[in-house]
Amino acid sequence: MKIDDHDHVTIPPNGKAHEPQPAWREEFPIDWPKDEFRSRRDFTKMLGLTSLAFVAGQVWIGVLSIMRKSRSAPARMDLGLLDELPIGGAKRFEFPSPGHPCLIVRLEKDSVVAFGQKCTHLSCPVIPNAELGKFLCPCHHGSFDIKTGRPLAGPPRRPLPKIELEIKDGRVYAVGFAEAGA
Amino acid sequence: MKGLSTLHQRNSMVLAIVCIVLCLVVMQLWLLTATMEAFLGGEDFIVWPAAAASLALFGLNFGLLHFYLRTLSC
Ligand code: FES
Repeated sequence: MKIDDHDHVTIPPNGKAHEPQPAWREEFPIDWPKDEFRSRRDFTKMLGLTSLAFVAGQVWIGVLSIMRKSRSAPARMDLGLLDELPIGGAKRFEFPSPGHPCLIVRLEKDSVVAFGQKCTHLSCPVIPNAELGKFLCPCHHGSFDIKTGRPLAGPPRRPLPKIELEIKDGRVYAVGFAEAGA
Repeated sequence: MKGLSTLHQRNSMVLAIVCIVLCLVVMQLWLLTATMEAFLGGEDFIVWPAAAASLALFGLNFGLLHFYLRTLSC
């Protein structure tokens, strides 16, 4: 390769002029501008693919959302007699299926609430503290309001999933999940 | 491309395109994390508009990439 066209050929790696370059440069003429051009082109192609992957991720979330909406309502679950639970006391249960821990807390004589027990930060089990009026997460000191499940402090940003309850003939039933923000 | 004949000019053009594409990809990343956060919080209404926005950003990226590969590549 002849080093004659400065626009198209090589800027020598040592940055010096073309003429005093050693003879081996003719044997191994690395064309730095071209090399840069190609590596930038490959990088941009990779960015294009990354962009496509993000679109795929968005569609995947959309599909999950549709699947969540079309899921049938969970079966009603008997949580036992309300009076079995002391005021300020809590009981653990699994709803809507095993492996989904939840907590029911009796706040007052006629007031009872239930939430998913997994912290919305990194899924540690939260612990109810009726005196403080909070669910406390021991992992990163997050806390949630015991009445609404809203995050109060620490890293969690989303509320605990609230479970709708029904009290009939002194018995408490879990009947489904409340809408977000309800 | 006429007027962009030297490799130096093309390299500058490519650098500009890389910067724009990079910004768009970062916006898509933000959009994905924000959508996931909203979805996990039970807010489904945002999911499809966000997907459409991400698709539009990809369209822009694709257009730039197409221009790059068709017009600027040697
Ligand atoms: S897992 Fe609960 S605060 Fe981090």
